[in-house]
Amino acid sequence: MRIENVVCPFCGCLCDDIVVEVEGNRVTAVKKVCSSGRSLFVNAHTGAASPTVDGKEVEWPEAIDAAARILTDSASPLIYGLSSTASEAQRKAIALADLLGASIDSTSSVCHGPTTIGIQSQGEPTCTLGEVKHRADLVIFWGCNPAEAHQRHFARYSVSARGKLTPQGRKDRTVVVVDVRPTRSSRSADIFLQPRPGCDYEVLTALRALLKGETPDITDVGGVGVAQLADLVERMKGCRFGVIFFGMGVTQTGGKYLNITELLALVAELNDHTRFTAMPMRGHGNVAGADCTLTWQTGYPFAINFARGYPQYNPGEFTAVDMLARQEADAALIIASDPVAHFPRQAAQRLSQIPTIVLDPEMNLTAREAKVVLPTAIYGVSAAGTAYRMDNVPLPLKKVVDSPQPTDEQVLDWMIERVKT
Amino acid sequence: MIGIINGEVYDPQNGINGEVRDIWIEDGKIVSTSPPLIPPKVGGEIPVPAGLSNPAASPPGPALSLALNTAEGKVEGLGGTEGGQIIDAAGLVVMPGGVDIHSHIVGAKVNAGRKFRPEDHRDHVRARGVLISPLEGGLRGVTRSGSGYTVPSTFMTGYGYAEMGYTTVMEAATAPLVARHTHEELEDTPMLDTGVFITMGNNHFIMKCIRDGQREKARDYVAWLLGASKGYAIKIVNPGGVENWKWGRNVGELDDEVIGFGVTPRQIVATLAWINDELGLPHVPHIHGINLGQTGNARTTVETIEALEGRRAHFCHLQFLSYAGEPGKSLRSGAAEIARAVNEHPNVTVDVGQVIFGEATTMTSDGPLQYRLHKLTGNKWLNDDVEGETGGGVVPMQYKRSNPINAIQWLIGLELFLLIDDPWRVFLTTDHPNAGPFFYYPQVIKLLMDRDYRAEMLAGIHRRARKGALLPGLDREYSLYEIAIVTRAGTARALGLRNKGHLGVGADADVTIYRKLDDKEAMFARPYLVLKDGQVVACDGQIVREVQGRTLYVAPPYDPGIEADLRAHFEECYTISYDNYPVAPEYLTRSEVIPCA
Repeated sequence: MRIENVVCPFCGCLCDDIVVEVEGNRVTAVKKVCSSGRSLFVNAHTGAASPTVDGKEVEWPEAIDAAARILTDSASPLIYGLSSTASEAQRKAIALADLLGASIDSTSSVCHGPTTIGIQSQGEPTCTLGEVKHRADLVIFWGCNPAEAHQRHFARYSVSARGKLTPQGRKDRTVVVVDVRPTRSSRSADIFLQPRPGCDYEVLTALRALLKGETPDITDVGGVGVAQLADLVERMKGCRFGVIFFGMGVTQTGGKYLNITELLALVAELNDHTRFTAMPMRGHGNVAGADCTLTWQTGYPFAINFARGYPQYNPGEFTAVDMLARQEADAALIIASDPVAHFPRQAAQRLSQIPTIVLDPEMNLTAREAKVVLPTAIYGVSAAGTAYRMDNVPLPLKKVVDSPQPTDEQVLDWMIERVKT
Repeated sequence: MIGIINGEVYDPQNGINGEVRDIWIEDGKIVSTSPPLIPPKVGGEIPVPAGLSNPAASPPGPALSLALNTAEGKVEGLGGTEGGQIIDAAGLVVMPGGVDIHSHIVGAKVNAGRKFRPEDHRDHVRARGVLISPLEGGLRGVTRSGSGYTVPSTFMTGYGYAEMGYTTVMEAATAPLVARHTHEELEDTPMLDTGVFITMGNNHFIMKCIRDGQREKARDYVAWLLGASKGYAIKIVNPGGVENWKWGRNVGELDDEVIGFGVTPRQIVATLAWINDELGLPHVPHIHGINLGQTGNARTTVETIEALEGRRAHFCHLQFLSYAGEPGKSLRSGAAEIARAVNEHPNVTVDVGQVIFGEATTMTSDGPLQYRLHKLTGNKWLNDDVEGETGGGVVPMQYKRSNPINAIQWLIGLELFLLIDDPWRVFLTTDHPNAGPFFYYPQVIKLLMDRDYRAEMLAGIHRRARKGALLPGLDREYSLYEIAIVTRAGTARALGLRNKGHLGVGADADVTIYRKLDDKEAMFARPYLVLKDGQVVACDGQIVREVQGRTLYVAPPYDPGIEADLRAHFEECYTISYDNYPVAPEYLTRSEVIPCA
């Protein structure tokens, strides 16, 4: 069976032109997909897996009982992850957090959380990816490496994509990469600026100053020549439609959210001269959806706590790393993410000390240390659902093979019912 | 069967103006409305229990929380009967549930506003709640927590509207590309029946059809688009201007050119008005005209009304489009001129977008407007250009009595209400949250019904705004009957919702029961009871039952031959495929297709 226009759930590009061939409930071929996406489809397991409690296989009702007991016995439960599950499941996870008076946080807090804080102080001039494809003649990648992390971004949206005002694709665009080291992306750029590590804020501030007509009496800012920056400012002012895509190289270094505030201020000010936009390069397939669902249900996109009966927001206090490192979380429910593999040591250690529940299709590092493991179907492969692209365009994830496993949404629903009674 | 008996009923659609009526409800519908003490013919006889207590005489206040008396297992004034329930509404005012014709409650733009305004939410929270069930005993469920003042979270929005006696709310603008997001949020917005207006005034496919003289093809596209996005009506926002904003420009006149298409705002409005009539859509084109917020826009607003050449349309938040004076000079009220044009054009309905002094969040699909507001206020700015369809932006705003411009905006809204003669054609909105939050509707009602209160407020605004203003000379006071028109009967009629906004046989049993108070703001802020589909859902301004409303949408037929064109258009114009664009029916758990004529 050949299934067309499948949405790949792997990264924030959510390419929706994938062709998947299935025979006997096995994916036999995947076309148009990048290497990351391919492995997701090809390696999708369709066999049954039992939930486990303390490493022992149990039936689902028993596992749900054990999970619900952990959560209701906890004084300060933490729900974390969300970025690789569908929005339908995210909405249930938030409902559960509300019911429990828990903290809830998404992987945003360790990637584009600072972007959110920057947007909250400065605003965000942005657009959908189609506007970039059709209009952008100046494309800047700052602190990100899509050639390796978002492999089809160039071709589908930003660099070689042929649009209405960019009929010749790459030839119609000037591509700039700003990064602390050369990458595959920088090698394909027209202009590569290489600031010293931790100097993005200075460089961004210098660009704003130059845009305002200031003439700094120095020749070099953060390792980049002022003449080069002045040239970039002229290109920015003179383009038809410009965009800065930015990644963790600028959100998680130096001044973190201050970098983003500066970047967004620069982009807003460029609109006095031409049209200019900015967009975070979101990593996980539905991390943008986690921001969306958390925001519409609670008012806030991450770092939320319900202990007072209503949502409170405080990055640094209710963010998962901080809740764990300070030993404030006394139980954890991890959904579609692997914090033991990615968190700082103190936070990861805490996860192995407290009762942890894992909802994940894969037996990841966190699952190996968890008390309750609930293996679920894979959204976009063996379960249908909704995901939000990096520009917040929502797309329908298809089910291309059958799985005997329940979905995250179903399991969370069972848990909510169990906690209520 | 439920009976609401002895109430003072305001049902303008059926000409009932404060007469005492008994209303009988079965299976979520009104089955009979009759003078008192005539038992209904359907569903057998209902005995009226003796000695029913009635809250009409008791003043609102903390004591009213006792109305939910769990120990006795009943709500005071709600008498249980065998197989039914009698609500004694003697001395109380009974109206259909409120119907809001224009409010920004869900979707990408609203959510972006929530996300970037944590300062809006911090002091405005709603805790999760436990719903006891006095009639059935035990726990009925829980309500969800939330936060937000001008941009409340979804559950909080649903509860807030229901607690104010509103049961139907129309989401004012969604780009079809992100309609799936809007419908996901509606699933998390309880208590309300809803519909979604789909922005089309800067749509590439439509503009291409107009350029090529293919309006029939545009008609089929609009029909397809409404069905695909599960939308309710055609929304037009700054026609052509939002597309030009993608070039850093705007339109200023109806005959300005849309860059790259060679069409004009006039052609876009006229074509969509023609399409609306051709398809027989229940609502009319819902228009946010050009030059919104700009001094002197009254002229282009009148020209837009005239450009319809008699076709029907609705003009939303007209206050923002009723500004006289020379462009670039100081703002003056154009309410008289605009009201005259509305009075002379029976094909037109409007809602006001009344300014409320205090915090607001401006959010529209009008990209260049939002940029202008950012430059004007210095406040943070969100912009989102949407490929091939529209754009939009969000900017926080504060309206101050002491600011002469804000004070004139406030005056203009009230002048429109008082100068437009026919209440069936002017409706109450605050363009939530653009001119103020929806939960200030009771204050607007008081301003309309109470001339002394109006004078008191007027005395507190900037002197320069009062000078030469019409408002101090306008003595008109709205009656309860007229309030019922501008908040439910008129809006339901304008929306083409035959089962809403009235209490006649066959209507949805959405009913709001108010105490009759002199202070109309207090009266309308906290209704005694709210019924949704025949169930009591709120009591004394507090949710007592959570229900899920229906999403109302249209699905007009179209020539399937258009599909080949659409596939080509998607290849050329979009970054998602044609097949992944439509919102599948599974996104709407409860829905109702409203028929086209």
